[in-house]
Amino acid sequence: MQKILNTLLLAVFIAVLLVTSRWVGHQAYSWMPTQGTAEAQKVDDLFSFLVAVGTFIFLGIVGLIMYSVLLYRVPKGDFSDGSPSRGNVKLEIVWTIVPVLFVMWIATQSYKIYQEIDIQGLTPIVHLHIPMADEPANAATEPTDVNTRAKPVALEVMVMAKQWSWAFRYPGNITSTELHLPVNETVRLKLQSQDVLHGFYVPEFRIKQDIIPNRTLNFTLTPLRVGKYRLRDSQFSGTYFPLMEADVYVESSDAYNQWLTASASQQPSPAKNSAFSEHTLGAVRGWPTIVPAQPPIVNQP
Amino acid sequence: MTQDIQMGNAGSDPQPNRWRYFSFSTDHKVIGIQYMVTSFIFFLIAGLFSMLMRAELLTPELNLLSRPLYNGLFTLHGTMMIFLWIIPCLVGLANYLVPLMIGARDMAFPRLNAIAFWLIPPTGIFLLSSFLLPSGTAQAGWWSYPPVSIQNPSGHLFNGELFWILSVALLGISSIMGGVNFVTTIVRLRAPGMTYFRMPIFVWTVLSAQLLQLFCLPSLTGAAILLFFDLAFGTSFFDPFKEGSPVLYQHLFWFYSHPAVYVMVLPALGIFSEIIPAFSRNPLFGYISVALASFGIAIVSIFVWVHHMFASGTPGWMRMLFMFTTMLVAVPTGVKVFAWTATIWKGKLHMETPMLFALAGIIMFLFGGITGVMLGSVPFDLHVNNTYFVVGHFHYIVFNTITMAIYAAMYFWFPKITGRMYAEGWGKIHFVLTFIGANLTFFPMHPLGLQGMVRRVSSYNPQYQELNIVASLGGFLLGISTLPFIVNIVASWLQGRPAPNNPWHATGLEWTVSSPPPVENFEEIPIVTLPPYSYGHDQLAADTPTQK
Repeated sequence: MQKILNTLLLAVFIAVLLVTSRWVGHQAYSWMPTQGTAEAQKVDDLFSFLVAVGTFIFLGIVGLIMYSVLLYRVPKGDFSDGSPSRGNVKLEIVWTIVPVLFVMWIATQSYKIYQEIDIQGLTPIVHLHIPMADEPANAATEPTDVNTRAKPVALEVMVMAKQWSWAFRYPGNITSTELHLPVNETVRLKLQSQDVLHGFYVPEFRIKQDIIPNRTLNFTLTPLRVGKYRLRDSQFSGTYFPLMEADVYVESSDAYNQWLTASASQQPSPAKNSAFSEHTLGAVRGWPTIVPAQPPIVNQP
Repeated sequence: MTQDIQMGNAGSDPQPNRWRYFSFSTDHKVIGIQYMVTSFIFFLIAGLFSMLMRAELLTPELNLLSRPLYNGLFTLHGTMMIFLWIIPCLVGLANYLVPLMIGARDMAFPRLNAIAFWLIPPTGIFLLSSFLLPSGTAQAGWWSYPPVSIQNPSGHLFNGELFWILSVALLGISSIMGGVNFVTTIVRLRAPGMTYFRMPIFVWTVLSAQLLQLFCLPSLTGAAILLFFDLAFGTSFFDPFKEGSPVLYQHLFWFYSHPAVYVMVLPALGIFSEIIPAFSRNPLFGYISVALASFGIAIVSIFVWVHHMFASGTPGWMRMLFMFTTMLVAVPTGVKVFAWTATIWKGKLHMETPMLFALAGIIMFLFGGITGVMLGSVPFDLHVNNTYFVVGHFHYIVFNTITMAIYAAMYFWFPKITGRMYAEGWGKIHFVLTFIGANLTFFPMHPLGLQGMVRRVSSYNPQYQELNIVASLGGFLLGISTLPFIVNIVASWLQGRPAPNNPWHATGLEWTVSSPPPVENFEEIPIVTLPPYSYGHDQLAADTPTQK
């Protein structure tokens, strides 16, 4: 009788766990920013899955611990010993193999999603650059491309980061400090930095890439939702790091083209830059710092 | 187990010479206390830095600190918490306990032990003195990634970054000395009968952690030296514009600094493995698998460093490989968590302060472990990499797990170390404040990171303010929570009730000697005949000479 009751209790416990973790997994979507890209939906599916599995494990173990804490306490001063059981080989094998299976499961899911997002291409990329003796010394400073598997894209935009500003170069050599992207088109961003490490990060797009000076890193994404977003530098880049942001507009093809044409007709002029103005206008506070680079000169500031 | 009621001999040491704690003592117990007290002072200072940062983050705008100062504070906060608090504090605890636990009279190299300790206070002061330099402190974060770290805006040769590099190198030397000493001590000085599989888990974890130090630390020291050359002499090891590679620095740095997390967390797991059985009155469930899991964690942790670099210029195959190895850490770690859960199961639980800290530490470790596996998943990591989600995750490990474990250990071994009992009520107040403060501070960082708040920012977008206020209030509560601890420890050490030799009725050789232990530890080196954690073996224990 006792045994049946225990089994029943365990079954109820597991059922409650399953229902709860499924529910929490669904909730996980709402903890994320809006989904701005095709990639974001996939990342959120993965996140929801991870949260559900995590909740199951967390509540399961905490439940067992709390059960013991609530039921097996003894009065102060009672130092009699519990059960002398030192282990159970079968159980220990089970709880080694089960996590292995969980890990396999989670890794496989993550691998699948990564392949679908396919930021840099999963094939091993070997880019050998052996400087020849007769090559000029600055040959190595030519951008290297990590992505050899070219994806068909509608648009390529050059992203240029420096301390502490963003600038974007569109086809036709049109430049701006705003990132405009046509909706529903796959875009390739070519990331470059002039000075230190920076990082390209728009939370609504979900994906992130460090920018490494003297290298061009390719990065493809497909915006799915019209709107205004904020691009952030995600790799610490020095004093004015928090100010290194830019506006991102995802808009209809027409609006994008209109904007591009309008920009093309404008004479390049220096853009406004919050790091530069904080440094020059505000009294310089505190310890010496790298002087912000001149604001980028662009068609559309 | 029959000497339970025997009172400690606090009286037999009527005039303890407190000055020995300020001297170049070679007694491992004195050195252990020196380590713990010194590192706790650095903990308070680095904690104060974090409270200043939390105060700045109460509002989205920059209004309390200057940007360089904010950057300096988070750089020194991280550096000090790791290299001047957690690592030395756990080394101190291990220094005190390992010889007692394995039945040795001292560490293998007592003089080296003292030198290793005495490198720490001057280095810490040296690092802090960079506040007085015209350049200010290092401001590139505790990773000190080039090129930012070698930009040196002040133009001075003696700049904060230089001080940072030298401090890290010196602390590394101290750690290597400690590593050599611990490994030798554990391998060579075990009492007769203290086979490897009779060592307490704490000793196992110290051994695996110190082997990791010996294996991985040279990589950091090498990176620091190359960075020093780049900074001071204009070499170009890491300068991307002169054929150098900043990504190479990241590999060298994380090759040590990821295992460093395990150097810190392993002894914490060892502490849990001592306290949980003692307060459950059950033997540690699956002792051998827990012991081997410690080594398993250490070995796997050497092959996971690239998960800090998923968003760097790493190729896809490397991301996938390291994703898998990272998740694999969950297996030996899971074994430990399951073992503790099973140890508690149907035990006879005592919920004194050490047990409260240990149980809360395990639960929060589980949480931090789960978010760790999530972070190992590359597509998810690409979203939250370098956001507050990561900050929240690792504070669940370094504070909510490791610092909780350190507190648990301080209460658990306080009677042994000082010969006096601490005040239980104050201990519980300390626990409640710390537990609430820790979760209030570090939990909101997860949603903040999911929403896209990047770490290391002195000002931020107003949408993140509410959760930042919660985290800041939690941070201030954590600051306050140290007060009952300090009062309790100081007052109890001076005037506490004398402690018996074994107030917890725990197993382990350290509990067979007086509280505090005599200078030579053991009058006669004990002969060990029993496996550890022999709870439930009263009769057996009473019959063996080692357990008296």
